[in-house]
Amino acid sequence: MAGRVFGQSIPRNEDPYLLTGQAKFIDDIELPGMLHAAFYRSDYAHARIKKIDVSEARKLPGVIAVYTAEDFGEFVRPGPLQVPPPTAIKGSIFHARPLMPIAKDKVRYSGEPLAVIIAENRYIAEDAMDYIVAELEPLPAVTDLEKALEPGAPLVHEDLESNLAALVKQERGNYEEAAAKADVVIKKKIYVDRGAGAAMENRGLVVNWDDRAREMTIWATTQAPIPLRNSIATRLGLFEEQVRVITPFIGGGFGPKIMTSQPDDVLLPIIAMWLKRPIKWIEDRRENFLATTSERDQIHYAEIALTRDGIILGVKDVFYHNTGAYDPYGMTVPLNTQTHTVSCYEVPNFYTEIRMVFTNEYVVTPVRGAGRPEGVFVMERLLDYAAQELGMDPAEIRRRNLLRKERFPYPTGIIGQDFVEGVLDSGDYPETLRRVMEVIEYEKFRKEIQPQLRAQGKHKGIGIVCFTEGTAVGPYEGARVTVGANGKVTVATGISTQGQGHFTVFAQIAAEQLGVDVKDVNVITGDTGHFHWGAGTFASRGMGVAGTAVYNAAVKVRQKALQFGARFLGVSEDEVELCDGKVCVKGDPSRSMPLGEIALKANPTRGTIEPGVEPGLEATAYFGPPYGATGAGAVAMIVDVDPETMAVNIEKFAIVHDCGTVVNPLLLEGQVMGGVHMGIGNAFYEKIKYDENGQLLTASLMDYLIPQATDMPKEMIVEHLETPSPLNPLGMKGVGEAGAIPTPACFMQALEDALYEYRLQIDETPLNPSRLWELVQQAPKK
Amino acid sequence: MTTHTIKVKVNGVEYVREVEPRRLLSDFLRHDLGLTGTHVGCEHGLCGACTILFDGEPVRSCLMFAVQANGHEVTTVEALGTPEKMHPLQEAFHEKHALQCGYCTPGFLMTLKPFLETHPNPTDEEIREAIDGNLCRCTGYEHIIEAVKLAAEKMATRS
Amino acid sequence: MKPIPFEYFAPTSTEEALEHLANLGYNGKVLAGGQSLIPAMNFRMARPGALVDLNGIPELAYIKPTADGGLAIGTMTRDSKVEHSPEVAQRFPLLLEVMPNIAHPQIRNRGTFGGSIAHADPAGQLPAISIVLNANLKVLKKGGERWVKAEEFFLGPFMTVLEPEEMLAEVVLPGLPPHTGSSYQQVSRQKGGYSLAAVASVVTLDTAGKCTSARMVMISVGDVPILSEAATRILVGQKPTPEAIAEVAEIAASKEIDPGTDIHATAEYRRHLVRVLVRRSLSTAFERAAK
Repeated sequence: MAGRVFGQSIPRNEDPYLLTGQAKFIDDIELPGMLHAAFYRSDYAHARIKKIDVSEARKLPGVIAVYTAEDFGEFVRPGPLQVPPPTAIKGSIFHARPLMPIAKDKVRYSGEPLAVIIAENRYIAEDAMDYIVAELEPLPAVTDLEKALEPGAPLVHEDLESNLAALVKQERGNYEEAAAKADVVIKKKIYVDRGAGAAMENRGLVVNWDDRAREMTIWATTQAPIPLRNSIATRLGLFEEQVRVITPFIGGGFGPKIMTSQPDDVLLPIIAMWLKRPIKWIEDRRENFLATTSERDQIHYAEIALTRDGIILGVKDVFYHNTGAYDPYGMTVPLNTQTHTVSCYEVPNFYTEIRMVFTNEYVVTPVRGAGRPEGVFVMERLLDYAAQELGMDPAEIRRRNLLRKERFPYPTGIIGQDFVEGVLDSGDYPETLRRVMEVIEYEKFRKEIQPQLRAQGKHKGIGIVCFTEGTAVGPYEGARVTVGANGKVTVATGISTQGQGHFTVFAQIAAEQLGVDVKDVNVITGDTGHFHWGAGTFASRGMGVAGTAVYNAAVKVRQKALQFGARFLGVSEDEVELCDGKVCVKGDPSRSMPLGEIALKANPTRGTIEPGVEPGLEATAYFGPPYGATGAGAVAMIVDVDPETMAVNIEKFAIVHDCGTVVNPLLLEGQVMGGVHMGIGNAFYEKIKYDENGQLLTASLMDYLIPQATDMPKEMIVEHLETPSPLNPLGMKGVGEAGAIPTPACFMQALEDALYEYRLQIDETPLNPSRLWELVQQAPKK
Repeated sequence: MTTHTIKVKVNGVEYVREVEPRRLLSDFLRHDLGLTGTHVGCEHGLCGACTILFDGEPVRSCLMFAVQANGHEVTTVEALGTPEKMHPLQEAFHEKHALQCGYCTPGFLMTLKPFLETHPNPTDEEIREAIDGNLCRCTGYEHIIEAVKLAAEKMATRS
Repeated sequence: MKPIPFEYFAPTSTEEALEHLANLGYNGKVLAGGQSLIPAMNFRMARPGALVDLNGIPELAYIKPTADGGLAIGTMTRDSKVEHSPEVAQRFPLLLEVMPNIAHPQIRNRGTFGGSIAHADPAGQLPAISIVLNANLKVLKKGGERWVKAEEFFLGPFMTVLEPEEMLAEVVLPGLPPHTGSSYQQVSRQKGGYSLAAVASVVTLDTAGKCTSARMVMISVGDVPILSEAATRILVGQKPTPEAIAEVAEIAASKEIDPGTDIHATAEYRRHLVRVLVRRSLSTAFERAAK
C-alpha cells in the first residue's frame, strides 16, 4: 500500500545531525554547577553487610557527599515492580522481589551499589572509592539454576522457602496423551544463554532540581520516559507535572534501557534535591556489564512427539529461567519463551512450564528478542533432532508442520507477556519458507554444490529455520499531530527513540495524510513535557502501536483541515482536497489556502468558535490493540567451518520476513540486519559468564565479544513479504527483534551440516570454537 | 595534582588549556573543548566510537592523555561537514542508511576518511578490515559497507 | 573508568628520559604507545605513580636496514609503520603477516613495536616474534647500555628483565639467510583479538633441501612465548617430511606448552590448536623456503 511517501525508502530526517556530531546525547549535557555521581559497588555476589565506612572518602577534596543506604532512611525500599505479576494465568506462583536501589543489610549480586559518591568530576568520584571501607561477610553464591532449587541451597531471599521466583504452567490439548500415541518421542536437555544489550552508548541520567520553581528536569537514556517520570514523581511525593523526563538522542536501547526504579533514577533525584545542584551520572562500560540488566541462561527439558511422517503431535517443555537477584520486570522474558516455542507450527498438544529462579547475578530483563529466541531455539532444535531421527530434510519437516494460511486468526491457547491469550493474526508462513529456500538456492546447494564441496574435503553447511515474532502489544500509545502557522507539522508521541528511525517513519505517516514534505514534519519522542501518556519502546511496538496512533491523529487533522479549509474558502467539504501543503478546491487549484494559514485561522483571537469544534489544526489520538500482531519469517545460512580449528565463516545469510505493511523498506532492512547481527553474537560470540562465586568474568569488551564487520555474513539477502495485519488500519507488525530470533538455531543447524562426518546434536547456545571442538570430540562418527 | 599547560590545534583552531596529566583526550575534547561529536563507548580501546585523527591518523582518543596532544593536531567529526553541507562520506551514510542510533558513527567516519583517501576503490574485504576496530550494535555493518563504496564513487566523481 | 592521578614527564631526548627513569625508580613507568597501559589504567588495574612519555623523542622511532640484511627498529616505531614498511616487507615477510593481527588499525597507529615487546603480554604477538627472529634488544639506563637476547628477555606474564630505571630502546633483527621461509598461524575468536593460540616459524633450507635452521615459537599457551626445542632438534639436518613435522607438532603440543583454560578456550583445545597450527606453520614455512 505504498503511497506518495508512505512505503518509500526515504533516508532519515535525523541523520544530518548524527552524522556531523551535532546530535545531543546524554553525556553532552552540561549544566552550571553540575556534580558527578559514581556508585561504589560490591565485589561480592552474596554477602552480609557488617559496616560501610565512608568517612575518609567524604574528606577527599572535590568530594561533595557520600551516601550509604542508612543515609536515605525510609526512602530506600524495594520496588515497585515495573511489570505486574502474571495473575491472568491461573494457578501461577510469582514471588515479587523488586529491585533495591542500594544494598541494605545484604548484597545479592556482584556490582550491587553500597554507596553513592557525588563529586566535582567523575575522576574524583572514582578516587573516593579507594577510601571507602566495606566490611562484608561473604555467603555462598547461587549461580546454578538447578542446584538453586535443591533443598539446602543458599537463599538469595531468606524470607522465601527456596530460590523459586515463579512457577507458571500452561497447556493446550493434552501432551501426555499425544505422546502415548506417537511413533517417535525425542527428549532433550537444551541450554540457551543470551547476552547483553550492550548498546554502544552506556546508560546515563542527568537531574536538575529547580528549587524555586519546584520543578525537576531529568534527561535519561530511557526507553520508557513516561513510566520513569511517574515512578520518580511518586517516590518523591511530587505531582507528575513537576517532573519532566527528556530523552536526548540515545545510543541504542535493545531492551535494558526500559528499566525504571534502579539505583540511578531512585537515588540521584533526591540527592539533587538535597544538594540543590544538578547531578550527572554516566555509566561506564564496566558498570554496564555489572549492573545494567541483560538476559541469561535457561535450561530446558524438552520433548517432541511425532508421527513417522514427521507430523508433530505434541511438544512439552519444562524450563528453568534465571531471573537474577530480583524480578522487577515480572515474567516478560520467560512468558515470551512460552509463547514462541511452538508459534509458527501446528502443535495440537503443548505443555509448557516455567520455573523461574533467583540467583546471585544481576537482574534479567528483555534484550532484543526477549525470550523469543530461546523458545525458537528449543523448537527448531527439536525439529532438527526429529529430522535426523526420521531421516528427513530439515526444510521438509518444517514445511509439513507450518501453520497453513487459512488457519488465521489462530488462537494459541497460551497467555503471553501482555497477559492475554496469544492469537496469531495473519501471515503466510509456508511462503516465507518457500521463498527463503529459493533465494538461498537450497535445493541446488544440497543436491549439486554440497556434494562437490564434500568431495573436495570442504565443510560447508546450510541451515534453515522458521520463526515468529510477537510484536506491537498493548496496552496503548498516543500521539498528537499539530499543524503550525508555518505550515509544518509536529508529531509528539510518548515513546522514546534509540535509533529506530521514528523521526522519519512517523513523519512519513503524517506527511502522507497531510500532503506535506517528510522533512517538514518534526517528530518529538521521549519528552514528557510534550506528551505524557504511554508505556514505552519495547516489544517491537513503536510502529505498530505508536505509529498507528500517529496515523489516527493525522487522519483527524486531515479531516479538520478539509473541514476548516472548506469553510474558510466558502465551499462545502466535499468540494475540497489536499494539494501540496494546501487545501484546494477540486478542479480549481487557484482557489486554495495553505495549511499554515488554516492553522492560524483555526486559532482565532477574537470572535467565537462553534460548539464542539476544538481549536487549532491539531488532534490527539490513541491506539491499543486487543492483542499483539505477529510477524514471521524464515532464515537460511551457509557456513564454512575449518574442521580442525573450528573457525567459522558465514558465507551467506538470507532472511525472508513478513511484518505486514512496510513503511520504509530501507529502514526495515536496517532493522532486520541489526537483529541478525545480535543473533550471530548470541550464537557464537556473546556470553555473560559468572563464575561459581557469582563473579562476573566478562565485564569488558575484551571478554564480552560483539561481532565485528569481519564476523558477519559475506553476503546478506533480505526480502519482505507483506501480509497486512488486521489489527491496525495500516496493517503493520513490528520487526525490531526479528533477526535476533531465529539466528542461533539456524547457526547450529548449519554447523551440524558442515561437520557432517559426526553425529553432532548441538543442544546449547552460544558456542565458541573451543566448545564446538569439545562437542565434536564427544560426538560419534557417522 | 600539578597541571600542565598544553597547546593543541583541534579542527584548525589552536587551544591553550591547563590539564591534569590523567585527563583522557576524549574527555578533554568533549568536556573541555565542548566538541561532543566524539563519543565514548568503552574507555578501553575496543569499540572505536572515540576515534579521532591525531596528526592525520585515526587513533582512539580514550587511549591517549590530553597532555600528549601538546603541540599536535587533532581532527574530530565536527570538521568533516555540517548538517547543511555534509562530506560525501556523510552523504553516503545518509543515503545508504548506514547509521541507526548514530552513536558509533563519528568513530566510523573518522576511521574511514583517511582510509578512502588511501583506498579510492576499496573491495568489500578491505572495507571490512578497515572498520573491524569499530563496533556497531545497530546496523550489522552491511549498510556501512555499501555506504563506503558509494562514498568512494562520490569522491571519485568529485575530485 | 578514569585513571588515578599520576605525575607526567615528557622528555624530548633519550638521555632526559633515562634521567627521569633513574630518579623515579619503582614509581616510574614508561609510556610508549599506551594502547595496553592506558586501558589498564582506565580500569584502575595499573596505578603508576609517574609516567615517562617517550612519544616526544623522535630519535626513538626508525626502521634502519643493517649490513647483515636485517633491521634495527627503534622502540617507538609505530606498529602501522612496521606494517607498511617496504624494508620490513622485503626482509621480514613474517612481520608483514603478523602485523595486521595486532588489534585494529587505530591501535596500530599508536601502539609501538618496542612497547609491545616490553609489555610482555603472553598473548601478544611481538614478544614471540622477537624470539623467533632471534632479536637482540638494546636496553638503556642512565649511563649504561646492555644487549639482551629476546629469548632471555621475558620472565613471565607482563614481566621482563627490565629494571625500573631501564628502557627498551632498539630491537635489532638479524638478517635471514637465503632459502628462509616463515609463516604465522593464529586462531583468535575475532580478527584483531587475542590469539587463543598462535605459532610462528622461521626455517632455512640448504641447496639440497635439508633444513639448516628451524625456529618455531608458540603464543598464548604459557606464561611467556615458548620457543620449541623439538623443532630444532628434529628438523635441523633433515629433509622436512610431513612425518617429521607431525612429530614436532605432537611433541610441542604434548610436552612443550602449558596452556590454561579461560572463558574463551579450554587448555585441551589450545593444545589441539598448537598441534594443528605447528603443522600448518612449519609446512607453509618450508614451502616458502623451497621457493
